[in-house]
This record gives sequence, structure tokens and C-alpha cells, in this order.
Amino acid sequence: MYDFAYHKPSSLAAAVSLLSADPDAKFISGGQTLLPALKHRLNKPTSVVDLTGIAEMRGIRREGNKLVIGALTKHVEVATSAEVKAAIPALAQMAATIGDTQVRNRGTMGGSVANNDPAADYPAAVLGLGATIVTSKRKIAADDFFVSMFTTALEVDELLVAVEFPIPEKAGYAKMRNPASRYVMAGAFVSKGPMGLRVAINGAAACVFRQTDMEAALASNWSPEAAAGVKQSADEMNGDIHGSAEYRAHLVSVMAKRAVIAAG
Amino acid sequence: MNVITPFEGIGARVRRKEDLRFLSGRGQYTDDINRPGQAHAWILRSQHAHARILSIDTAVAAAMPGVVAIFTSADLTAIGGIPCGWQIHNKDGTPMAEPKHPVLAEGKVRHVGDPVAVVIAETRTQARDAGEAIQVEFEVLSGVSGTTAALDPAAPRVHDDVTGNLCYDWHIGDKAVTDAAFAQAAHRVVFETTNNRLVPNAMEPRCAVGDYDTTTGEHTLFTTSQNPHVIRLLMGAFVLNIPESKLRVVAPDVGGGFGSKIYHYAEEAIVTWAAAKLGRAVKWTSDRTEAFVSDAHGRDHVTRAELALDKEGTFLGLRVHTQANMGAYLSTFAPCVPTYLYATLLAGVYATPAIYAEVKAVFTHTVPVDAYRGAGRPEATYLLERLVDVAAKQCGFDKLALRRRNFIATDAFPYQTPVALEYDSGDYFSTLDQALETAGWADFEARRTEAAGRGRLRGIGISTYLEACGIAPSAVVGSLGARAGLYEVGTIRVHPTGSITVLTGSHSHGQGHETTFAQLVCDKLGVPISQVDIVHGDTAKVPFGMGTYGSRSLAVGGSAMDKAMDKIITKGKRIAAHLMEASVEDIEFDRGTFRVAGTDKTKALAEISLAAYVPHNYPHDELEPGLEETAFYDPKNFTYPGGCHIAEVEIEKETGRVTLINFTAVDDVGRVINPMIVEGQVQGGIAQGVGQALLENCIYDEEGQLLSGSMMDYAMPRADDLAPVSVATHTTLCTHNPLGVKGCGEVGAIGSPPAVINAVVDALRDYGVSHVEMPATAPKIWSIINGKSL
Ligand SMILES: Cc1cc2nc3c(=O)[nH]c(=O)nc-3n(C[C@H](O)[C@H](O)[C@H](O)COP(=O)(O)OP(=O)(O)OC[C@H]3O[C@@H](n4cnc5c(N)ncnc54)[C@H](O)[C@@H]3O)c2cc1C
Repeated sequence: MYDFAYHKPSSLAAAVSLLSADPDAKFISGGQTLLPALKHRLNKPTSVVDLTGIAEMRGIRREGNKLVIGALTKHVEVATSAEVKAAIPALAQMAATIGDTQVRNRGTMGGSVANNDPAADYPAAVLGLGATIVTSKRKIAADDFFVSMFTTALEVDELLVAVEFPIPEKAGYAKMRNPASRYVMAGAFVSKGPMGLRVAINGAAACVFRQTDMEAALASNWSPEAAAGVKQSADEMNGDIHGSAEYRAHLVSVMAKRAVIAAG
Repeated sequence: MNVITPFEGIGARVRRKEDLRFLSGRGQYTDDINRPGQAHAWILRSQHAHARILSIDTAVAAAMPGVVAIFTSADLTAIGGIPCGWQIHNKDGTPMAEPKHPVLAEGKVRHVGDPVAVVIAETRTQARDAGEAIQVEFEVLSGVSGTTAALDPAAPRVHDDVTGNLCYDWHIGDKAVTDAAFAQAAHRVVFETTNNRLVPNAMEPRCAVGDYDTTTGEHTLFTTSQNPHVIRLLMGAFVLNIPESKLRVVAPDVGGGFGSKIYHYAEEAIVTWAAAKLGRAVKWTSDRTEAFVSDAHGRDHVTRAELALDKEGTFLGLRVHTQANMGAYLSTFAPCVPTYLYATLLAGVYATPAIYAEVKAVFTHTVPVDAYRGAGRPEATYLLERLVDVAAKQCGFDKLALRRRNFIATDAFPYQTPVALEYDSGDYFSTLDQALETAGWADFEARRTEAAGRGRLRGIGISTYLEACGIAPSAVVGSLGARAGLYEVGTIRVHPTGSITVLTGSHSHGQGHETTFAQLVCDKLGVPISQVDIVHGDTAKVPFGMGTYGSRSLAVGGSAMDKAMDKIITKGKRIAAHLMEASVEDIEFDRGTFRVAGTDKTKALAEISLAAYVPHNYPHDELEPGLEETAFYDPKNFTYPGGCHIAEVEIEKETGRVTLINFTAVDDVGRVINPMIVEGQVQGGIAQGVGQALLENCIYDEEGQLLSGSMMDYAMPRADDLAPVSVATHTTLCTHNPLGVKGCGEVGAIGSPPAVINAVVDALRDYGVSHVEMPATAPKIWSIINGKSL
């Protein structure tokens, strides 16, 4: 780890102004992604701005037909929240499978969504539910948020404050884990609800994406077989020592099928 | 008789004495040791697999805050290269190629991780900061990582003076007799396989602290080692020229080794040398990333084997051709692993009359490969146990019947194999029968049918294995090229009031010696284990011993202790005879009590020891005072644990994912001292074996870049990758050591991989599959099921 200055602001405005003043500063929430990167010296921020003192970024609340989850909400809190379990059980179940106990006790939804790791879990839920990202400046639709690998629509000094999830009629998630890292090799989040019928695929490609052919197939026939019947092209899929693009493409159909089964 | 309750002697399921220390965070590991004035070393390592070093500019780095010194090979001209502890001879009698293994790279780097320079600074961070500022100009050369590719005459050379990258071309067995056996065979079965490369990943990364006393000229090295005396010998005599009397090596608590901490590593020499040079202590601690490119790796064989059988299935002959990857340099025991720890095991549990094996050892641009839990025997076992299954399938024999037909008969011991070893004891039929019973082999088909209903392919696999432990008679290994003896030493120090300290040359790095060894003493001398302390791991405290590897601690180290206890008893009897005014022939000893035979006159061991140290009334003309004895024990033979492992797996058809459902082990490890510790050792070994079979794979690209260089890409087995493991023992005694013990440290890692792969292949029986290479990953299985090329 290289030396850096450390700030712990207690308001959104203070956090944003620290970043505006210094483009080489970095936000930190749970630190479960940033800290390993710092320890491996892959990142050399001038200062680290700790968000955990900002009350506005906390909390899980139901607002009408939306579930609003503060960016600082830890994975364990999502996994165990009665509110989440009642409104979007698939989201609570997903949170319970992220990383390990230590990671879930520190990692946050905001950190995960802002980081947009192609192999992360939450981006699939955000896109698959058609959520809205609330930032320190504006609101961004999920469809516009995930730009490319590790890149989002967030600007350097823009903070992810909360995620608003429309409550679906049904939703389900399934994933295959990478045997080494246990991150996602291929996953699918499916939902049916106010945002229409959505299928988001994570892990398999450079960025989470919507599988529109599956959405169409499921719209006319909501069944596991309909999802499985759609073949994902291997063209844009990741291929590496853990599996070829062709294998990942195959997994997309299998995971989508399982996600539909999970959604019921 | 003096009976200690509860019973703590041989066979007692005693809880491990050392665990209170370990589980409460009070272990003292090397990294816990800090010396006054200590500086920190950071090692700049090559990112290239193969490159020429054109220049190294340290000027900027040297001026950075906290930097004490920067060293490159130019500073080390007075010290030697890292020695290899075993010399193999080629078929033609010439010695193997043994290129220099410099402490820091000289002119060229030969693998990713090869050390180039060392920075010593006040803090670790400062050392690393400066290290990153060193400017090295490399001319990148093409490299080669695979054994077969490296043998190609057009391949890049790892060492300019080693033609064809060939370290040695060795053989064993009678070729003519074996060829003749093939000529008569009714069936010939060919099997080709690659034994995957593994990264040991002991939980505790390596660490070394060098210290130097400027007033006495004494060097001390604290290091994560399985054998501190061996390090003292190799480093003192061959690398740094320090007399043994001036070099102390301490290996305190060590958090797992699995072989990777046997070897003498560059970092040990660097910190010891630098501490003297700078007159202050120097510490180096590896991190996990560094461990992937600097700890010796394991396995990495490419093999073609052929089995000749007669019409009924009797094995007539076995021919094996193996290429073994040595990596870029010869690690301490690397040359003996694919030869005397592998090819000599190719008879396995079978009475194959003719065996011939050729082994080519090959240099590549990869991290050195050496012994890793099992060392050679897992490779041999995997080969044989897969080959037998392949033969059964190809020739239409039942796989159990084929094994039973060829087992060495239980009354055939001692049994001389055609590949040098003589087995002393074993009973392969009983371990097989017991394992079949426990695993429910007979009802397997019902379970397979039930699984099919869930879209799963269920398979069962067996491995009937044998291994050689307790290495080994010094004279034998010497004649085979070992540059060290392989005895062990034990000292029994009975204190004046009867408590006991044992000094042993064995080293415990997780095995529980402090308990098992205390139980031996308790059993023989009648002292409760709470009053028996085991001292190991410090050359200043313990006589010259050989350390722990090859499951040798109990068989060799325990036997040395047993001999030392015999000497204690002999001397004690003479003291007792004097005190009780009897003739020494009339003194009997049993678990702590000396008795004049046929009388009720007795003396406790504590009374005898008190008399020995307060020798007022003492036979001074005949005996020296004191009650402390040392014995060196050189084994007469290897020991031969064996047994049967059965794995049951399920494959998810949709994804190809393999799940281990359960695992049964019935092992013959000789006499069991502590069943709980044996179970733990076997379970741990099985976890590693299952890891090799299903998950672990160290992957280099063709040129030598490491693709699986962290836990993100190297799949270590985790608790939920395993399944219930049933461990039982079936004992035949070792006939040539006093304890009748064989060793249990490696059986799990040796017996299990072929059982798992045999189960995977069985699960795929409807897909015309004859083999699945390790690790049996989901995409591999999915490709097989769907008829895709891998
Ligand atoms: C061993 C291990 C296993 C893991 N396994 C998984 C897994 O299986 N699935 C999975 O999805 N994840 C996994 N993770 C990642 C984990 O879920 C992280 O917690 C998560 O990706 C990042 O959240 P964080 O709060 O820790 O973010 P941090 O590490 O604090 O930050 C991550 C990045 O986001 C930025 N950032 C943080 N908060 C905000 C914000 N509010 N607004 C804008 N930018 C912000 C930071 O500047 C940084 O660039 C794993 C991590 C570890 C260490």
C-alpha cells in the first residue's frame, strides 16, 4: 500500500467537494475491492475519502412500490433485512451468496454497484429489476448506468447515494461460481414487474447486459424452457482458463432457466 | 504396574497438546520474531519468464528514504550457488546436468519470480518503494514452460550449457525382460496422462530472519523450515561458508509445509548474509502473491504407460515413459522425486513381474518443482490406479477382480519388486474389503439410478494404493545419489524429579508431534504427557537431525526416541540394582517402575533420576551420573503404508460440475499412536488430493507467464468442496522398526486423486470416455458430455 491522506466527511457535500478538489482521490465504502487493490499497489490515490460517516447514505426503506437501499448498506444487511426479504426475496438471497462472511460484513451495495465488476452480483439485480441509481447529482436509470467493464455513468466526483428498486411481481437469480475466486462465471437475474420483463446477465461478458432475446421469449411464455431455449451467442462472451466463451454462452441459458425456476 | 488414568499411551485418542497455543493465537511463528535493530528486505523479482539482464540501475532507489542497502548478484561474488541435495545419473552413467542456481540472478532471469535484487530498508514499505524504483533493463527472450515443448531441439534453452534442456535421462528396471513380457501378452493397454502442476500454498507464507552477533561472530537464521539442520548444512557449507558452530538455524512454529518448506531457498541465504554484512538483523516475509512465484511447486509430469496382461488378466509387464518438469533450477530434492520416489513405486500393490521405466527430467522457464505432499508416490499411484481401471474397461475385466487377481498375496511378504523396493508387510485384500463395505459399493447402482432422476450422473471410483515412507536407509539413499544421510536423532532427558524433555530432529509443522511423541514416552516410561515436553526445530538445542518429510517423523524420529528410551531403561536398571542391592539381571521395568523380580521391592523412575542427579549413594565406579540418553536411528528399509480409497461423485449434466458426495479411506499406516491425529492427517491429505483431482491447476502460458498466479485464479479446495470423509485403519505392523509404525502424513494425498478421477470416469460411463485429465473442471466435463473438443 502506498501512503495516502485519509478523510472521513460526515456529509455528502463535504465528500463531493473533497473529490472535486482532488481528482486523484478515491471514495471508500466497505473497502472490499479498494483495499486489496491498494495492498497490491494497483492503485495509488492521493487521498481516500471514507464514506461511512455519511448518514444520508444509510438505510433500507420501503417507499410505495419501491425499495430504497442506501449505498452504505452492507451485504449482510440486505441478506437479513425483513423489508428486503418481503419485497424482493431474490435480492436478499443474492446478497447472502456474495463472497464470504467477512466480505458480507463489510462490503456495501454502493461500492459494488459503483465498481461494476463484470463478475459481481449486484449489477445483475440492479439491471434485472430496472432500478434507478440515486447519486449526489441526479437519478440514472440502470439501463444507462453500466457502461463497460469497471466503468459506470458516475462522474469522478459523483457519489452513489442509494438504489431504488421497483418491487417486482416475481424475480429470481441463479449463478455459477468461478471455482477459484467464487465470483460469478455466469449469472442471470430475471424479473417481471413494473419495469417489464427483464433478463440481466452478469459474469459472462465484459459488462452486465440485458438478454433481449430471452426477454422476448419469456414475455410470450414465462417458463424455464423458454429461457433455456434461447441460445446466447458466444461472440461477446469472456473466455479464459476457467471456461471458454462457448461454455459461458451455454451457462447463460442454463442460469436463465434456473433463475426463472427460482422466480417461480 | 503404574497405570496413568486416563490412558495417554499408544492408541489413546488424546487431544493435541499444541492446539491450546495455536488456537489461542499464541503460536510463535517466524514472522512473530523481531530482533533489536531489525531491518526489512524486499526482493525485486522478474516479471519475465526469460530475459537477459542488460543493466541494473539502483542509484535512484538507493537514495530513497530508509534504504539501508541494495544488493544484486554483483555483490554476492564470494558466495556459492544454492546446492542440490540429490544427484541422479543418466542411463549411460554420467551425472545429471546441474547448472548453477544463483542466489540472485546472474545475467539472466529464468522464470517469473526469479530474484534479481534485494533492497534492505528500515521498514518493509520503504524497502518495497525503493525496490520498485530500481531500473532493470531486460532483453526479453522467448521462453518455454511445457516439458514436451522444452525437449524440442528448437526450444529456447533455459541454461546455455544444458543441451535440449535435459537435466537427466534415467531409467530403472529390466528393459529386456519387460519387452519380452509384452511380446507374450494377450492384452496391451496404453494410457497417457499429465499430472497437473500444483502450488503448495501452506497457510503460513515463508519468512526468514537473519541475525548476527558482531561480538561473537555467530549467525542466527529463523526460518519457516521443515528441517533446520539441513538448512544449516546446505547454507553454511555450500552457500555462505559459515562453520556449523557459528550458525544457528531455528524453525519455530511453522504453519504447514507440505514439502515446500524442506528446501533451502535464496531468501534464507540473503537475510543471513546481509545481517552479517550490515551488522543488524534482516527480516523477509513473503506475501501470498510472492509465494506463487517463489515457493517450489509440485508434480507436473507427462507420462505414457503401457500394461501387458495375459488372457485372464494377470499383469505381465509395465512400461512407463515420463517427462518431469524441474522448472528453471534444481530445487533441493527435485531430482529424486520423479525417480526414486516415483518409478520405484510403480509396482504399487501388484505382483507385476517386469517393470521398466524411463524418466527424462526437463528444465523449463517456470518456478522450480520439488516434493509436494506425497512426492512422486501420488504420481505413481495416479498412473497405476487409472491404468488398472482403463485396462479393466478395455479388456472387459471387472475392476475389483482385476485388482484382486494381481494383488501381492498377504503371505508373500517380504516381497521384492522389480523396481528395487522390498515391501515388508501389507494386506491389500482386507483394506479393500473393508472399504467396499463402508462405502456401500454393492448398492451403488441404486444410488446412480436415483441420481439420474435428478439429472445427475453418479460415479464411484476406487484406488488401491501403496506408498513408501520413512525415508530411508542412509546407505541405500547414498548409493542412489542422496547427498545427505537420512537417519534421525532423539534425546531423552529425564530431569531429577522425573519429568522429561525430549529433543528430536524431527520437525512439527502441524502434525501434532508434541502430542504423539509424548504418548510414546508415556507408554514406555510411564510419565503423564503433561510432564513430557518435546523440543524441536532449533539447531542450538537439538542434535543434528534430518527433519520432517516423507511421513518419516514417527517411523524414523519416533524409533530414535524409542532407542534412546531403551538406553534410559538400561541405565536406570543398573541404578535401581545398586539402590535395591539386587543384581541387574533381576531388575524388571514396566512403565515407570523398576522392580526386583519376584519381590515387592520397587523404585519409581523419579527416584532413579533423583539418584542419578544427586548421586550420593551411586555406583560411581560403573556409571556416570545423570539420566539423559541420545540415540541415532537409521532405518533398515522404507515403510510401506497402503490401503483403499473410494470416492463417490455426482456430475451435473447441464453444467458439467463435479461434486464429491462422500469419500471412504481404509488405510494401513502400521501401529496407530493417536487415532484422532491419524484421522486428521488422512483427512487433510484427502482434501489436498481432492483439490488436485477437481480444482487445483497451476497454469503457465507456453512462454512461461503464470496465468494462475493468485487465489483469484488458482482454485484451492475449500470446506464446501469436500464431503463427509470416513477414515478407518486396518493395521499390519511394520516389521523392521521398533514401533511397528508406517506413517500417515501423505496417504491421503497419495491414494485419493485416482479414486476421484475413477469416479468421474465411471459417472461418464455412458459417454464412451476412457479418461479425464486432472483437474476435472466443469467446462472440461461439459465438453466431454457434449462431444466438444477441449
Ligand atoms: C474475498 C472477496 C470475495 C468477493 N466475492 C464477491 C462475489 O462473489 N460477488 C460480488 O459481487 N462481489 C464480491 N466481492 C466484492 C465485494 O462484494 C465488495 O464489497 C464490493 O464489490 C465493493 O463494495 P465495497 O463497499 O467494499 O467498496 P469499496 O472497496 O470501498 O469501493 C469499491 C469502488 O467503488 C467506489 N465507491 C465505493 N462506494 C462508492 C459510492 N457510494 N459512490 C461512488 N463510488 C463508490 C470506490 O471508490 C472504489 O473504486 C468480493 C470481495 C472479496 C474481498
